[in-house]
Amino acid sequence: MTSKDKFLYFLYLHRTGLTVCALALALAIYPPLWGNPYLLGITNQIALYAIVVLGLNLFIGYAGQISLGHAAFFALGAYGSALLSGEAGVTPWLALALAVLATAAVALLVGIPTLRLHGHYLAMATLGFNLVIYLVLLQWDQMTGGPSGYAGIRPLALGSFAFTSDLRLHYLVWGVTLLCLTLALNLVRSGVGRGLAAVAGDEVAAAACGVDTRAAKVKVFVLSAAFAALAGGLYAHGFGFVSPETFGIFASVDFVAMVVVGGLGSVWGSLFGVMLLTCLPQWIDRFESYKEIIHGAILVGVLMFLPQGLVTGLVDLARVRLARWKARHA
Amino acid sequence: MLELRGVCRSFGGLTALNEVSFSVATGAVTALIGPNGAGKTTLINCTTGSDRPDAGKVLLGGREITGLPAHRVAELGVARTFQNLRLFPRLSVLDNVLCGLTVVAGRSLLGALLRPPSLRNRERRLRLQAMTALDRFGLTALADWPVGALAYGDRKRVELARAVVSEPGLLLLDEPVAGLNATETAAVGAEIRRLRAQSYTVLLVEHDMELVMSVADRVVVLDGGRCIAQGTPDEVRRNPLVLEAYLGKTSLVA
Repeated sequence: MTSKDKFLYFLYLHRTGLTVCALALALAIYPPLWGNPYLLGITNQIALYAIVVLGLNLFIGYAGQISLGHAAFFALGAYGSALLSGEAGVTPWLALALAVLATAAVALLVGIPTLRLHGHYLAMATLGFNLVIYLVLLQWDQMTGGPSGYAGIRPLALGSFAFTSDLRLHYLVWGVTLLCLTLALNLVRSGVGRGLAAVAGDEVAAAACGVDTRAAKVKVFVLSAAFAALAGGLYAHGFGFVSPETFGIFASVDFVAMVVVGGLGSVWGSLFGVMLLTCLPQWIDRFESYKEIIHGAILVGVLMFLPQGLVTGLVDLARVRLARWKARHA
Repeated sequence: MLELRGVCRSFGGLTALNEVSFSVATGAVTALIGPNGAGKTTLINCTTGSDRPDAGKVLLGGREITGLPAHRVAELGVARTFQNLRLFPRLSVLDNVLCGLTVVAGRSLLGALLRPPSLRNRERRLRLQAMTALDRFGLTALADWPVGALAYGDRKRVELARAVVSEPGLLLLDEPVAGLNATETAAVGAEIRRLRAQSYTVLLVEHDMELVMSVADRVVVLDGGRCIAQGTPDEVRRNPLVLEAYLGKTSLVA
């Protein structure tokens, strides 16, 4: 093996890790070069949503389930962390950690009965859960501030260095997003990840291969809820204000749209889906008022023509073409 | 290796299995034959935990496994194929075969998230093992193909590779040559003979009598949910009850 071959083999062997490192580097040098507060505001939002969508894609894309309730877990993380630090006087970091753990526990309690359901029934059950949480946030106003929201949430801080400005938040949220990205990439390249994909493909065959299908579904549901709660906590402490409308069922539908556009079962596709659907309203004027319609249209269009999602669908097509081409020229 | 004692299973009023008892010897190929609707697939399902018997016992290596869920049975070293292919269409051929190694791949979610070096090494080892299995079934060139894009015969081989890759203690093959042409059938037959030469324990459910007679050490005949005969292929071939089940009464008279 020549040294060039060795180098190429090294690149091939560590392709995933190197791609993550390259992305991290690009994100580290981007704010001083091009960053302005407006752009940073958008990319921070992308980072937060990406955490939710990464987790949700593991649940929907890999394990083949459906959830229209992940905005509720996002809300539990946000309000949980905000109330713990605001009302109970816990430090923000600890509040964030406790909120994530508590949300995971809630997901476990919700997941064990509901994940016995399939398809539409599962969608309805998770949607119902989202509505319940939304109504609680709206009605329990002496605690949550009701429709006007809960303000004055303390920022996360390292000593006297508080993550308040967009620039500081950029490094915090993207750091966490890259961490979640790495965890998700690790998971899908393991036997546990293949087990999830097997559950999505055929539950009977997955069980015959030794996958505990029910436990696998509950585990990945809890994991995705924890991701959503983490993003929620960062959102609350980062922006200092939360209100119920961020966490309604349309937010859940948006998350699903991001997963589908990005590609079912594609970790990198998740990032693309979040980026596209977060940036579209910024590019197109008056998008805001027709947001639900346009998101719905994109969702229907993608599902009709590329049911695996945009990125995964195109990648799958390319893979088959490439395999056929290789077979012909072998 | 595997022993069934008085296994019963009925669906509503239909009795699919009625007091079925037989055993599968270690290191031999036992064939399970019978007309359509004789209860062969139900029997496989009751053995592997995809279904549970209403009564009776299933023992694996002397240990009772009656009613254990399918993934627990798989952990005990039982692998199977399905009559109507059950592959994971979106995964590549290699990943499909790797799914057959789920039991040894570790089930800790936390471990998978953190991917410590030990897991990394194990993944490489498993990949090698899967590639060996692909090689054995002549699928190496198709390793990266999504299974959904393969021809039927290739898919059948992928399913066989997935079942064999973990070197299971007991291998249940549910009609491995159904829908294959003569050449492909011969290839699968040769593969089953190789498995026998390597002392795998195989329970083969099959319609193709030629294949059964050429590879089986023992044959068990099921008809209408009852076990009507068992013995060596020659004994079974001459058994009047078997002839009756397969050919009907008139031909016995004739």
